[in-house]
Amino acid sequence: MTIADMEKPNERGLQQVAANERLTFFGLTLPYLLMVTALIVVPVGWLFYLSFIGRDGSFSFENYERMIKSKAYIRIFLTTFKISILTTIICAAIGYPLAYFMSQLSRKWANICMIGVLIPFWTSLLVRTYAWLVLLQKKGLLNNMAIEMGIISEPIKLVHNTTGTLIGMVHIMLPFLILPLYANMRAIDKDTLKAASSLGATPTRAFWTVFFPLSLPGLLAGLLIVFVLCLGFYVTPAILGGGKVIMAAMKISSNIELYFSWGAASALGVVLLVVTGIILFIASKLVSMDQLGNR
Amino acid sequence: MKINILKSAIGCLTATGFLLSATASYAEDTLRIVSWGGAYQKGQSLGIFQPAAKAMGITVKEDTYGGISDVKLMVKSGADKFDIFSSGAGSCASGAAEGVLEKLDYSVIDVSDHLPGMYSDYCAGADIFSVVAAYNTDTYGEGNGPKTWADFYDVEKFPGTRAMRGKVDAQLETALLADGVPMDQVYTVLDSEEGIERALNKIRTIKPHIAVWWSSGAQHAQLMKDGEVDMTTGWNGRFDVAKEDGAKVAYDWQSGIMDWEGYGIPKGAKNKDLAMKYIAEMMKPEYMAEFAKYITYGPTNGKVYELGLMTDERARMMPSHPDNAKHQLTLSTEWYSKWRTIAAEMYTEMMTE
Repeated sequence: MTIADMEKPNERGLQQVAANERLTFFGLTLPYLLMVTALIVVPVGWLFYLSFIGRDGSFSFENYERMIKSKAYIRIFLTTFKISILTTIICAAIGYPLAYFMSQLSRKWANICMIGVLIPFWTSLLVRTYAWLVLLQKKGLLNNMAIEMGIISEPIKLVHNTTGTLIGMVHIMLPFLILPLYANMRAIDKDTLKAASSLGATPTRAFWTVFFPLSLPGLLAGLLIVFVLCLGFYVTPAILGGGKVIMAAMKISSNIELYFSWGAASALGVVLLVVTGIILFIASKLVSMDQLGNR
Repeated sequence: MKINILKSAIGCLTATGFLLSATASYAEDTLRIVSWGGAYQKGQSLGIFQPAAKAMGITVKEDTYGGISDVKLMVKSGADKFDIFSSGAGSCASGAAEGVLEKLDYSVIDVSDHLPGMYSDYCAGADIFSVVAAYNTDTYGEGNGPKTWADFYDVEKFPGTRAMRGKVDAQLETALLADGVPMDQVYTVLDSEEGIERALNKIRTIKPHIAVWWSSGAQHAQLMKDGEVDMTTGWNGRFDVAKEDGAKVAYDWQSGIMDWEGYGIPKGAKNKDLAMKYIAEMMKPEYMAEFAKYITYGPTNGKVYELGLMTDERARMMPSHPDNAKHQLTLSTEWYSKWRTIAAEMYTEMMTE
């Protein structure tokens, strides 16, 4: 027996166990990995491939050249990101206080509030979008009511523009922010706040220095889900935007119709994917999720 | 238990086998046709598709589709979903240019009574519709709204919000007509990027007044019904249906741009010969007259008027009635097959400015 063996008597055995465990876990994740490969890696690869196929079926950059030539494409991408960022910010501004409020309620009341959040979540997206159209249009419920009550004399333009699109999208996206955030806030130990108070922190200070940082992982997860889902939105901006808010998904669909080829549409998808990847990469560099979790 | 499962499994298999053999023998006298749904296809179904199928003793299954791009994608991927589709002449021409359509056999399909230009090698004209400028009669009063495209673009004489189509089709023409280009010169002027730009510049002058860029016929009808906009471009039949539903909407034929819809056959359709015969049947005037009872889209077959298959009152509501047609520009499918893609990109650029 060497001295090393004396210090760590079972090292070899432990290594063996650890290796076996890794293999078991790998085996367990294998079905998922296969699924990801079949459902994500292969189709995305196919998308990349198709985007380099021109109208005559040969390899070409024409689908990308077109995007540089026409200013419409850059504007459409800017709109897509602008709308997605605005929706995310508004969702956070509305969703955070609500999730905080719910996390402070007793379980029973919190559950009742949760139903309020979930019922719209379970209603068809199309139905909700058209409902907003009925509410917001020129002679819609809101404008008519406001005029009758004498608040305004002329109808306000609430729909067929960015405003209407944002209202509709925030309404649809809000649960995606609240759900992870609420789960996170519920898990925060309330004693930490009491400890802060006992050390002399005002409620405001206790909130900002203790509660808020602890809620960040949930908030970031929510923001990420909302932002990414917004990028691919089609129905809501198409109906509530009135043709004034053209997002990438809408252009993808119109390109299929216009060029009769998958390539013209896939190139847009590729650009959207790459730009989103870059943005998320930069974001993850600025705020490291792990770091937040370990705080 | 196990035996039961086995039995039902065998039962299912036999049933499937039976169904498969049944469809195989069915296919000989079954056709699948696709169209646009809504009030339009309802008229087609009741007036044309089903009566014509009955007369021939065949089964015709109907469905809706998303336009010529569906035909293209279907043919390119080797799928087999339908034998005949109903399509605008321009879309049909672009499909033909892409080589995804069967050439129609006019020795089978009789178009000798068709109005001039209302059929092409790949599309047998079935009805004529118009893009018109519709206005809200509450805002301007019946008969006092914009009558011509010049009126539509005149925001001082006719203040109010407008809607135009979110796609280029039949929109550039309105701009040039408003700009004073004579009807027979419109497509000559549009035959260059400068000409297209001229039309777009005219649209730019009223862009602040365009409240909505519409994307479907149902939408522009609803916009007028709800009073969301004061005037819009759109299809005459949709406005007539909306009017019957109580919408305050009117239009004048002076603003009409005539276009036609017809039937085409996707390349490689399994039942091509039967499809050809069926299209021939659908070209008969009595079906077209019946269809026009449901929606105000006029017949392409001149015999309908000659034989007096339509009441005079109804005939006067059709875009193709001589009194209405004489004011109108006829949409050039040739121009669309040459310029549509370029014009569409330029149009989107204008919209997103």
